[in-house]
Amino acid sequence: MTALALRLKQNGQLPVLIAAACTVVLLLVGSLYSRNFLSADYLLLQLQIASFLGIVATGAMLVILLGGIDLSVPWTVTVGGVMSAAAAGWWGATGEWLAIPFGIACGAALGLVNGIGVAWLRVPSMIFTLGINAVAQGLIVVQTGGFAPQDRATPAMHLIATGRSLLGIPNALLVWLAVGLATMFLLHRTTLGRAIYGVGNRERAAYLSGIATRRVVVLCFTLAGACSAMAGVLLTGYSTKAYQAMGDAYLLPAIAAVVLGGTHILGGRGSYLGTVVGAMLITLLQSILSVMQIPEMGRQVTYGVVIVAMLLVYGRGRRLSD
Amino acid sequence: MRRDWLYHFREFRGAYAAGAMFVVIFAVYIAKHQTGWAVPVLTTAANKGVLLAIVAMAQTLPVLTSGIDLSVGMVFVLANCLASHVVVGTPLQAAAGCVAVLATGALCGFVNGAIIVWGRLQPIVTTIATGTVYYGIALGLRPVPGGDVHAGLADALTGALPGGVPAMLVVLVGVVVVVWLPFRRSVVGRAALAIGSSEAAAYMSGVDIGRTKLVTYTLAGLLAAIAGLLLTFVTYSGEASSASGGVYTLNSIAAVVIGGTSLAGGAGSAIGSIFGALVLRTIGDLLFVFDLEPLWQPLFQGVILLVAVSLGALQLLKVTDRLEIFR
Repeated sequence: MTALALRLKQNGQLPVLIAAACTVVLLLVGSLYSRNFLSADYLLLQLQIASFLGIVATGAMLVILLGGIDLSVPWTVTVGGVMSAAAAGWWGATGEWLAIPFGIACGAALGLVNGIGVAWLRVPSMIFTLGINAVAQGLIVVQTGGFAPQDRATPAMHLIATGRSLLGIPNALLVWLAVGLATMFLLHRTTLGRAIYGVGNRERAAYLSGIATRRVVVLCFTLAGACSAMAGVLLTGYSTKAYQAMGDAYLLPAIAAVVLGGTHILGGRGSYLGTVVGAMLITLLQSILSVMQIPEMGRQVTYGVVIVAMLLVYGRGRRLSD
Repeated sequence: MRRDWLYHFREFRGAYAAGAMFVVIFAVYIAKHQTGWAVPVLTTAANKGVLLAIVAMAQTLPVLTSGIDLSVGMVFVLANCLASHVVVGTPLQAAAGCVAVLATGALCGFVNGAIIVWGRLQPIVTTIATGTVYYGIALGLRPVPGGDVHAGLADALTGALPGGVPAMLVVLVGVVVVVWLPFRRSVVGRAALAIGSSEAAAYMSGVDIGRTKLVTYTLAGLLAAIAGLLLTFVTYSGEASSASGGVYTLNSIAAVVIGGTSLAGGAGSAIGSIFGALVLRTIGDLLFVFDLEPLWQPLFQGVILLVAVSLGALQLLKVTDRLEIFR
């Protein structure tokens, strides 16, 4: 038993397992409250909602693996939503087709700027992405306030966010599945993936090993921007409308999901499976707290306490004396 | 002696640059302002600027140890909500209330420090989570905005002294003298900088890492609570606004960076952060006096923030060994 635990600890899967166990416990606790928690309908709905967070967390994880952090998530999500809806309004019938890729491309462009600032200008990611977040907010305010673009979601956006085209599985979940599989392939089956872990462990060593570390950083930030914008597109489809500050509720939960999934906040270690479990855990926790009709105050406090408590169980750092 | 001066200047050139930037921007602001240099204008500016300045000081302390406190904004909001309940009644009661508010803030900071030191969790994640908890408590204290505050105290602190000096500025100087300077000159302050430079080396040199971090985070909580208390005096009410908490946290980080403190830790000062905060605040007001269309203001503010934090990139021009830019 201890040998198994040790092996899990060594290959970094222990946090994933504990987080998964916590998810199951949460479900059981919820089912004591109401039988509905174990129904397929409820679970599918939760998975659908978790997909939005999961896609944002995917981008957040890529950046965290590098040892950075992306604080531009809130307004990049909004940019994705607002610009895709606007594209549909500008270009009529062609816009319907272009809307989704255009929204994602706008997010990727913001991510690209993030990457350039962090990789070439060497500004710490925490502060540069903060600046980009402010710029993105300014752009959206000018854009929506000055030009009053269309904010209605196109039918296609609506379909991928809320439809259930295949065997009753939510399309949003399928999108997350596709993004997730691509990320797992990227991280574990390509040299780029190895390079990401390398840069996260020690950029100087990675550079000396011949990795074009700056290109890796730029690429990760670009992908992260694209992921945030994609979540924005889905959210717009889900709520049928793009609106300002729609991404505000995603920054901290995304980071929490990544960290609860066992990814080290300083980079270099972590598995995508953990992020998946983390996103489900956070979504479920939020859902159960709201179903139990605990007042907002209790929800916030429980949410924070649960995150700290879980991390104290398996996320602790080493002693300095080690 | 001259050597000392040069060293001092080099060590704090970020703070001096922020100070100079502030003087220039503020001069432009006053020149363009309709009323110009007048006591009410100065008092309003001071009331807004000092709040962020003290939150930025709070942020500086953990950053010096190469940590970060993402809960400062929430402690600020919590202190605001608590103060709107307890800083009322007779002067004696109000004074006791102030002490209670500051103690609560210090306790919040201590909890952060305890989790980071004894729980061995990363500061960034810890303070995100505890920030949520503090916000929840603030929401419990003030589900809807409201409350009251001791009017005499509020008027005295948000007005101007007989000489025309805004009282808030005096408070700011007081906080620097009572909290920052003793900290900076103490063993703990030295130790905090040492930890920021290299935690392992500090440990090997016998620095008490745990105690230093506990003091640092506790003081950060205390400073954030001071700012929250002052906010109550400015607004005469308490409001549990997560948006306001978030904005203060993020702006405090920006102010720290503009003030010349390295996010990697080990170098910088709270004085720089104060000027960083005043620069940020004045830029916002500047757009206002220049009659910029309100629609474009957030964009300009964002661009200026981005440029200000990117100024550090100029140091890259000095790098001769390319390996130096990769850590």
